[in-house]
Amino acid sequence: MTPAEIHQHLIARFGDRITGVKLDVLDPWVEVAPVALLEVAGHLRHDPALAFDLLTNLTGVDYCEPDPKKAAKFGHEPHLEVVYHLFSFPHRHHVVLKVKLPRWHDDQPGQLPRLDSVSGIWAIADWHEREAYDLLGIDFTGHPNLRRILCAEDWVGHPLRKDYEFPLEYHGIRGR
Amino acid sequence: MTWLDGRFEENLIVTTLEQGMNWARQSSIWPMTFGLACCAIEMMAAGASRFDLDRFGAGAFRATPRQADLMIVAGTVTFKMASRVRRLYEQMPDPKYVIAMGACTVGGGPYFKWGYHVVKGVDLVVPVDVYVPGCPPRPEALLEGLMRIQDKIKARRVGKVTGTAGPGRQGEKIFDELPVPHHSGCATRPELLEV
Repeated sequence: MTPAEIHQHLIARFGDRITGVKLDVLDPWVEVAPVALLEVAGHLRHDPALAFDLLTNLTGVDYCEPDPKKAAKFGHEPHLEVVYHLFSFPHRHHVVLKVKLPRWHDDQPGQLPRLDSVSGIWAIADWHEREAYDLLGIDFTGHPNLRRILCAEDWVGHPLRKDYEFPLEYHGIRGR
Repeated sequence: MTWLDGRFEENLIVTTLEQGMNWARQSSIWPMTFGLACCAIEMMAAGASRFDLDRFGAGAFRATPRQADLMIVAGTVTFKMASRVRRLYEQMPDPKYVIAMGACTVGGGPYFKWGYHVVKGVDLVVPVDVYVPGCPPRPEALLEGLMRIQDKIKARRVGKVTGTAGPGRQGEKIFDELPVPHHSGCATRPELLEV
């Protein structure tokens, strides 16, 4: 199926929970409402016409411009995005899912935004979600083992957030 | 030393204990098998046949810090790794030496400004004897660093102060002579030949 057909298929099934699409790019993407992610992902994985059995990549993006001078030209509302690159071996077709999240849950700084974990659908998502949690601070609910994967266990903050402040000191070692 | 000539039979060597010990030590510096990033590849190249670290007696890479004299910190030291580097250093027996190999270990290197996770120089974690800059340094540069370590070992003094050294100093260990860094190769501009 082409990405446009996949989009039509998802619209027919999920209606307004498919919140956006962009087809004239290299990797056409479909935007999904955060509440419907688990349902949509399960459908993509198990529907025989789609059969996306491979999660090629799961990553997060922080859309934020901490510099107030550049913020006016930035062109995005500050938000986080989680991106799922999917591939189907039986049908040899691709699609990209995107989920928009607020930077903080309930706009309370320090409260990590929540999203359903897809590690029950694609097992590889386990480590990818740990990485996204470690570096961007996304709380994947339902994840079996949501610990930091790259930074030390007692690390403070999530380093790939654009407003992350570097540690001045870590266990007695000067940071800069 | 003409007054010594002809006084001893063949195969007899005369030396001081200090020189003998230093010679033995400098000729068998066993490094630790310890690579953290891309610099380790150059370290392996230095140990392999083309550059052959074994010519300097330093080819016996030990798999445990307890048998090693030299720690070549080859690669980026992250904060997560720093405590392990420190522990490995503390497990090495004295006398022990450290080479900081590559830009990352010398001072953070390319991670200096934006690397939130990189220690800005391994000298913040363990005392460093020789810095080998480069990204990564050529194996020749590492050999040069090893020879500077040998200079440092050669300059060790084992004796204690005797005689008229003054009150308070007698009986103390003689300070090691700090080796004067020198540069092999061409330091000045080569003379142009008149044709």
